[in-house]
Amino acid sequence: MVDQYLPLWEVFVRSKRGMDHKHCGSVHAADAEQALQYARDVYTRRSEGNSIWVVEAKHIVASQPDDQEAFFEPADDKVYRHATFYDVPADVKHM
Amino acid sequence: MSELTQQDALFTYTLRLADNALILGHRLSEWCGHGPFLEEDIGVINTALDLLGRCRMLYSYAGEVEGKGRDEDDLAYHRDEREFTNYLLMEQPKGDFAYTTIRQFYADVWNLHFYTELCNSKDETLAAIAKKVVKECRYHFRHNAEWVKRLGDGTEESIQRMNEAIAEASRFVNEMFEMDNVDQMMVDAGIGVDLNEVKAKWIASVDEVFAEATLQRPEPEYDRSGGRLGLHTEQLGFLLAEMQYVQRCHPGLQW
Repeated sequence: MVDQYLPLWEVFVRSKRGMDHKHCGSVHAADAEQALQYARDVYTRRSEGNSIWVVEAKHIVASQPDDQEAFFEPADDKVYRHATFYDVPADVKHM
Repeated sequence: MSELTQQDALFTYTLRLADNALILGHRLSEWCGHGPFLEEDIGVINTALDLLGRCRMLYSYAGEVEGKGRDEDDLAYHRDEREFTNYLLMEQPKGDFAYTTIRQFYADVWNLHFYTELCNSKDETLAAIAKKVVKECRYHFRHNAEWVKRLGDGTEESIQRMNEAIAEASRFVNEMFEMDNVDQMMVDAGIGVDLNEVKAKWIASVDEVFAEATLQRPEPEYDRSGGRLGLHTEQLGFLLAEMQYVQRCHPGLQW
């Protein structure tokens, strides 16, 4: 058994019908090629996808739980940012 | 063997390919739950399952060619050691991860070049199986070539273990390129693959990866042979005893 962990890589898979790559999990691997192979072996063995991205987890910059208030709450009361807030004039045909 | 018909030859030829896939796949499956770490554990077992799927197609076809009503289970589970025709390399114990890597890499390179050629077989079923198989062979090669480079150009311990594995495996290499009358008949009929050509490509591919891995491919001091005649090392009997046990106790059991 390994007594130290290999770097962690985040795995994104595009499903056969999907347009976007979705995050589906992570693997440990020594380098990019090995990470790609393990992503293939672990996350696409039941034909889940036809394209894989891997990125070393340390390169992902993430918001923190502490950012919750400052980042996200100000948007909660700004309903006018949704198109559904506006009444569409009767004369407008194609929206 | 003077009365060898083309049907006999095709049966034997297909059976040999199936035996190699089954025995190697079974050895690889012994890593299930014992892989060096989780991701490789899954990777190894994917390959084992590829080999198992391959042997099923080949056994089914062999049974069909033979025409005696034997199916894939009869051929896999109800033949004895002397009737198995796999190469000796395939039946060797899995050893440490270095030995598994080298044995698998040697087999992957052989499979890659062999099945690439078999895609051109005049036998439509073998050609169709080969076209399916060659895709997985490319992945197996890519995956294990990476391991050969990683361990061969790795730590002091990994280099030492790889060199021991290469020394251990080398005496079984040349058996994989022997041509007998079955091979010759299949090559002459445009069905089989010339193993002399596979050998030249095998050496080139192995040497290319070994150069990157800073490993040396030794010429064997002597060659072991006999797998295709049913003359196996002592390892195969134990493998079959374990693998066939359930079917021998409960013939025809299905789940």
